[in-house]
Amino acid sequence: MNDIVVSMKNINKNFSGIKVLKNVNLNIYKGNVMALIGENGAGKSTLMKILTGVYLKTDGEIYLNGNEVNFNDTRSSQEAKISIIHQELNLINDLSIGENIFLGREPVSSSGRILWNVLFENTKPFLQKLGLNEDPKEIVKNISVGKQQLVEIAKSLSTDAQVIIMDEPTGALTPAETKKLFQVINELKNEGKSIVYISHRLKEIFEICDDVTILRDGETIGEFPINELSEDSIIEMMVGRKLSEQYPKVETKIGNEILKVENLSNKFVNDVSFSLNKGETLGVAGLMGASRTELMRTIYGIYSYVNGEIYIDNNKVKINSPMDALNAGIAYVTEDRKSNGIITGMNIKENITLSSLKNFRGKFGFLNKSKEEDESVSYMKNMSVKATGTEQLLKFLSGGNQQKVSIAKCLMTNPKILIMDEPTRGVDVGAKKEIYDLINKFKKDGMSIIVVSSDIPEILGICDRIMVMHEGHVSGFLDMKNATQENIMTLAVGKEVHPNDIA
Amino acid sequence: MTLLKNKIFKNKPLIVLVVTCIIIALLNNRFLTSGNILTVLRQTSINAVIATGMLFVILTGGIDLSVGSVLGFCGAIAAFMVSSGFNVIIVVLLTLMLGIIIGLGNGLLITAGRLQPFIATLGTVTLLRGIILVFTQGKPIKLGNTPKSEIFSKIGTGFLGPIPIPVYIMILIFIIAFYILTHTRIGRYIYATGSNEEATLYSGIKTDKVKLFVYAFSGMMAALAGILITARLGSAQPTAGGGYELDAIAAVVLGGTSMAGGIGTIAGTAVGALIIGILNNALNLMQVSSYYQDVAKGLVILIAVLLDRKQKSSR
Repeated sequence: MNDIVVSMKNINKNFSGIKVLKNVNLNIYKGNVMALIGENGAGKSTLMKILTGVYLKTDGEIYLNGNEVNFNDTRSSQEAKISIIHQELNLINDLSIGENIFLGREPVSSSGRILWNVLFENTKPFLQKLGLNEDPKEIVKNISVGKQQLVEIAKSLSTDAQVIIMDEPTGALTPAETKKLFQVINELKNEGKSIVYISHRLKEIFEICDDVTILRDGETIGEFPINELSEDSIIEMMVGRKLSEQYPKVETKIGNEILKVENLSNKFVNDVSFSLNKGETLGVAGLMGASRTELMRTIYGIYSYVNGEIYIDNNKVKINSPMDALNAGIAYVTEDRKSNGIITGMNIKENITLSSLKNFRGKFGFLNKSKEEDESVSYMKNMSVKATGTEQLLKFLSGGNQQKVSIAKCLMTNPKILIMDEPTRGVDVGAKKEIYDLINKFKKDGMSIIVVSSDIPEILGICDRIMVMHEGHVSGFLDMKNATQENIMTLAVGKEVHPNDIA
Repeated sequence: MTLLKNKIFKNKPLIVLVVTCIIIALLNNRFLTSGNILTVLRQTSINAVIATGMLFVILTGGIDLSVGSVLGFCGAIAAFMVSSGFNVIIVVLLTLMLGIIIGLGNGLLITAGRLQPFIATLGTVTLLRGIILVFTQGKPIKLGNTPKSEIFSKIGTGFLGPIPIPVYIMILIFIIAFYILTHTRIGRYIYATGSNEEATLYSGIKTDKVKLFVYAFSGMMAALAGILITARLGSAQPTAGGGYELDAIAAVVLGGTSMAGGIGTIAGTAVGALIIGILNNALNLMQVSSYYQDVAKGLVILIAVLLDRKQKSSR
């Protein structure tokens, strides 16, 4: 076994009296990749925030190369050569790649002038290492999110960190970029650096990690070499119970056409046509940049369209705003919950009823607050939102529960068509299953659903038909007979699926 | 736990108010007489009315710097109409309407024109001040001594029982604002827009309309304050309302409202306006020179707001 670089022992953390970490242990070995996994709310981020000095531990010990250390602020942790790459990007959008990488550590001349040439020259080797073909002078906001993620990683490499914590690093990466990242991780390992790898994607864990530490409800379940585990055993330990079939698909009767989109075009999408039937779940697959979200936003009235028509129940509709879309019976569960799906500063009730407040008219045009409360309670129950009550603020809920509130808001508008954009992103395994169950329930009620997802097993597991997009246009449809991971990827990269390849 | 925290947090401005009152009462025995308390309330009413409009705007994450000059402009127009013999009710309605129209103008610059609220309303300030000076030729407009002007003056100087009429108006505005903010759809949309505009838009709400509403409301409140001040003084001064926007913003912020939007209550704003009114009154009672008055007021505002921030940012 390799040497232990960092060892966190019996870490406890209380937030205003509530124990969020209970005697948690974590070892990080030299030249190894340690996976840190657990459901949302299991304590992964809190533990990492303690290691990086953002939070102070309540008690417990941290050892660095065998010596006990205390990280009272982020600087002391950085000086110990521990670096973290956050899930949310921390780049400054209006600065160049090079300026971002060396922010606060710019090379200066004796008179204090920044040596720009040196800075940009120093940037190049890090970009090369990550296979990022961009000019160091390129402004960060002009490159794709996936590339921004790589810049974040380059920044971390440039600090000569010995321990690198990666929190969901592949969330925004294309398969090719992910592959490159894994190559880099392997190189880092060979250089003797240690990595903590946090991810919900179990396949990646098996591909890149050496050991796994599993947390559940703020406690360490255990540390295991990866080859002693299977996906099922990991999931069981994460959720503490056996998961019945992960994608419990129900067959429903598919009715008449309810939505028809014809030749829709704007600056994001090009000549998109498709239809959706009553009771059907249509999956929309594609890579980053396929403009799947942009298509959904166009149908929902966020973006305008120059050409094309939208028909609902065979009637032509013109959708210019989300209000028009909701009135036409289309509801949209957004991809990016925090920025446009929910309002974290408002409570559960206010969030759930926001889109349908006009149904709560009481005396003199005032809000009927008791009706609002009653209906919110019943939606919370139906969706099994776990919270202290309807008055709890959204910011205190876990990702899965926030997502359920976001879905409840859409449901309350009684939509005929429910668009769900990445419905399980950032949601833990247990809550994922609950969301799939909800989708099935909606199907049984005759609702038509569009699911946009980058998680191909998920799309294969829950949809009746799959539409694949590539760079703003539809590259093909697959029904369940010929929907395979390979066929989806072939269409997603813009190639045609040859009829003979269809198994 | 959060409920209890919320309660303490919401009452924070009230604590500052009570402590300020106790200190002043100990320093000056004339402060707590009923006559003086009514004076404080009457003096507060103008700022309170403007601050209520300002609260609506700040809750959406905006700011309205034009309220002082809207007050001056609408006050001058009202005085002109009264002196020209218009019916008092017509004068009040037309003046309020004018405030709404100016507010809508601000709102259009911000929504359709995509200007920052700060810049848009700053432009309005200068524009209106100029128009007032052109219109009045820099001279006050007197109400005159007609029966109609006397009725109009009553709005600012009259009493109903022992209580001055502006105090009733202030309380009425507080009640209306409270119901709008807590019991109507538009109120909910105001908070939602200030908390997360994008999510509000995605929820099928036309946030631009919400913004038009708050700037129109703020304009109407400023016009109402213009009526109150003109009626009180018996004439419209071309410089009236200068700096009033700052007192209104101070009242809103003292009341625990977040400048980023989404957080704040009418009760807090009422308390904030009272704190400022009381400070003005007390410093006068204690015959502090007007130069030092501003120093003292500024310090109290800063201390109160700092205390509030400390509380909110405790980790």
